[in-house]
Amino acid sequence: MIDIQIKNTPLSVDECRKWLVDDTVGGEVLFVGKVRNHTQDKEVIRLDFEAYAPMAIKEMRKIAEQAMAKWPISQVIIHHRVGQLDVGEIAVIIGIAAAHRKEAFAACEYAIDTLKESVPIWKKEIFADGEVWVAAHP
Amino acid sequence: MEIEIKAFGIARDILGNSTLNLDISEETSVEKLMLQLKKDFPAFKELTSLAIAINTSYATPDQVIKQGDEVVIIPPVAGG
Repeated sequence: MIDIQIKNTPLSVDECRKWLVDDTVGGEVLFVGKVRNHTQDKEVIRLDFEAYAPMAIKEMRKIAEQAMAKWPISQVIIHHRVGQLDVGEIAVIIGIAAAHRKEAFAACEYAIDTLKESVPIWKKEIFADGEVWVAAHP
Repeated sequence: MEIEIKAFGIARDILGNSTLNLDISEETSVEKLMLQLKKDFPAFKELTSLAIAINTSYATPDQVIKQGDEVVIIPPVAGG
């Protein structure tokens, strides 16, 4: 089973774990990506996220399906937030339920790595003295 | 034919708008569209990458744009 959502309200690890309930498997791996307070040596005030939602959901679903095809895992949940996020807030949660830990970790790493390469979501770093679209320029 | 291109992120900043109306000939390929965009808006050349999505899928350079396609400029992605 797969759950993919883009939300403009705070994400919840508890909510994702509730969805991942599957008593036939004993392993859960969660990746939580949060807004950190600095980039290189500059203090970050917040991150502004935006998404091309229909395609972002489609690409995240593809990633989940590929993970399920590559590893024996039972569930994938990917929740991504959009809007203005303060330092410490959660931007993305990826959860994997699987019988065994090796596959759960591998699938989770694959999911976040691939999300960062292909999902049409963008973030702008807001500093005290300016703003920068992350990764836009070399 | 006239097409409306949508833009997100820094692409929107470069265009100065979230949409761009463009008159293109029939049988225009994605590759040709990208060359046109880079010519009209040189700032696109400075980006790490540039992609076009047609109807919510990444387009290939030789793909032809059809009337009614949803065409979106995808600047370098940065999710997660």
